Amino acid sequence: MYNIAAVSFGELFLKGKNRGSFEHKLIEQIKYALKEFNDVSVYKDSGKVYVETKNEADMGEIVGKARKIFGISNISPSIKTTKAPDIIIEKTIELFRYLINKQDIKTFKIRTKRTDKGFPFSSMDFSALVGSKILENFSSVKVDVHAPDVEVFIDIKKCCYISSEKIKTLGGLPVGSNGKALLLLSGGIDSPVAGYMIAKRGVEINALYFHTYPFTSERANEKVVKLKQKLEEYCGKIKLYNINMLEIHKAIREFCREEETTILARRFMMRIAEKIALENKMDMLITGESLGQVASQTMKSMAVIENAINMPILKPLVGLDKSEIIEIAREIGTYETSILPYDDCCSVFAPQHPLINPKLENIKRSESKLNVEELIEKVCSTIEIL
Amino acid sequence: MQVYLDNSATTKVRDEVLKEIIDANENFYGNPSSLHRMGLVVEKKIDEARKTSAKLIGAKPEETYFTGGGTESNNIAIFGHLTNLNKHNSVITTKIEHPSVYNVFKHIEDKCQVKYLDTDENGRINTQELYDMVDENTLLVSIIHVNNEIGTVQQLNEIASTIKRKNENARLHVDAVQSYGKIKIDVHKVPVDTLTFSSHKIHGPKGVGGLYIRSGLKIAPLIYGGGQESGIRSGTENTTGIIGFGKACELVYDSFNEETNKLYSLKDTYVKKLEEEIEDIKINSPADGAPHIINVSFKNVPGEVLVHYLEDKDIYVSTGSACSSKSRDNRILDAINLGKEYREGTIRISLGHFNNLEEVEYVIENIKQSVKDIRSITKRG
Repeated sequence: MYNIAAVSFGELFLKGKNRGSFEHKLIEQIKYALKEFNDVSVYKDSGKVYVETKNEADMGEIVGKARKIFGISNISPSIKTTKAPDIIIEKTIELFRYLINKQDIKTFKIRTKRTDKGFPFSSMDFSALVGSKILENFSSVKVDVHAPDVEVFIDIKKCCYISSEKIKTLGGLPVGSNGKALLLLSGGIDSPVAGYMIAKRGVEINALYFHTYPFTSERANEKVVKLKQKLEEYCGKIKLYNINMLEIHKAIREFCREEETTILARRFMMRIAEKIALENKMDMLITGESLGQVASQTMKSMAVIENAINMPILKPLVGLDKSEIIEIAREIGTYETSILPYDDCCSVFAPQHPLINPKLENIKRSESKLNVEELIEKVCSTIEIL
Repeated sequence: MQVYLDNSATTKVRDEVLKEIIDANENFYGNPSSLHRMGLVVEKKIDEARKTSAKLIGAKPEETYFTGGGTESNNIAIFGHLTNLNKHNSVITTKIEHPSVYNVFKHIEDKCQVKYLDTDENGRINTQELYDMVDENTLLVSIIHVNNEIGTVQQLNEIASTIKRKNENARLHVDAVQSYGKIKIDVHKVPVDTLTFSSHKIHGPKGVGGLYIRSGLKIAPLIYGGGQESGIRSGTENTTGIIGFGKACELVYDSFNEETNKLYSLKDTYVKKLEEEIEDIKINSPADGAPHIINVSFKNVPGEVLVHYLEDKDIYVSTGSACSSKSRDNRILDAINLGKEYREGTIRISLGHFNNLEEVEYVIENIKQSVKDIRSITKRG
């Protein structure tokens, strides 16, 4: 039925002069998300973006992909026609027939908007005309302008777009309109959600994954790649950096106290993340930490971990309960992958009694037994970019 | 050097077998059910494969049916024996079955009485316990001939006579997937009623299995259709796979003693070297076990980590049966009552046709080094 989708922007209206570049970013995002479809074109027509396809059967899937893009407030699957009044009427009747077969319609309303003032009817007159044709063709329906079962919207611009449905989408800002950040992606439930939430505010995301092969499995890497691909449905292309932390864990195991392992390792991870972020022109880090969830996420632990670096760390989940995080993870489709058993399959490096109230000076003293710079250099040489 | 030591999970297809499979795909692709000559030619080839696969267990060709694999054979046999189950009936199996038997028995627990035999620390069942379990209500006993994780061989002769002494109507099913082609079996000397075997454990292709059904015995099929394999397993035969399997059987048959002797001596060498070179280990496979399975535990070494260390050196072993290696608790190690400090550090080395003595040194050296590395990290305090 539908050959085009009308895409409305969200908060872009607020952004004044930047609007042009935001719109451009959004169009790029839409094109990237729809790259696997043939015969799709994306263009602007006074204030909205349109996604046109030659294959009407693809429309459902196109809308499914497009609705995951941040910066869009709603999408209307539409019929694109010329502006000849009799053609518009014919197509509107066709759409109405399609709708009435799909759902129970007793009342309707026609709403016309014309940006093209050269169109031979006023909006009101044209709505009335089309309405009368609907009444002629469908004896079972009545007009109701206040609470109709269905409203058919006729938008007359450079072309004419007829639609009846407005699908509410995610809102947010187009990814890339608001800088770049590096997400510490672990393979668990939280970090993908954290990445999703920051990307929603227009931030371009790259990801960093630490593994300890051969103490973890190659399948754990595969899992992180799957999570990255899920996130890409929302965030666009993500660069994934993989680093093997084994040498650092070995050194900590050899020279430091067992209960400090997690804090020390997390401080190393932050340093490495900051280094990669700076080298690749990213402004902030993102973690999936939620206050009090595990030993390394107590107030004190988080403070000691953060102290290792200068770069700001965004923690969008900090005030959420686990159940709230899981709910979002399910919505965005990362949950099922996150709960696959391969992460942390080896708990060798997890201390039996981790510190929950670490003292910065003690941690620094332990760190002084390690050659921090050299260890960072060493593990950074294992980097793989996917 | 690549060393594949996971032959109990699956094996590499031998060149001669591969050639047959390619030839069959290129030249003998007809459907054996077709009336024309192209069908007949393939039917003959399948009959040949049936003969060779039957010969390995002393069966008659007409007692041997091809299936889609070991799991399918076990399901057909067990469900086939148990068509009219009621609460009074009892069935018996062991605690160390492969999941394709064990989970079938779990599945029917609410339909009849299911009893599970314990094993000793070598994985062997006690025939006195079996004798006590069998009664006039016993319909079926299902026994794994060679356990897939530790290689214990059950004494089929003794088991069969124990059962029949108590209840001559009780039937005996044997899962011989791991023993087929490795240990001499003669179904006409041992009163086995049904017996499962599989192609891809003996360097044949995957997706082909076999089921021996003693002649005269009625087995109800699980799948209905075109009546192929005398109605036991409907569906167009995996003809090219079966032809390849036939070739694999022929190769095993032609050099049976030579091959098994080679495996026994390889196994002995591995066990000896492991014991000599590495401290704090425990060989879980019994000394009189199957020729190709070495199950060994290393204290303070997570088996999974050792598997990854070795894969990094192009050596491939497993942490247990590939089908169950994903689940953490291990039923088989429970059954043999392996001590806690060893349990997590268990790997299985399983041998096949392509393994040789030259590999042993490389493998042992790498196991030794890996275990040392891992222990230096896992040691607490």
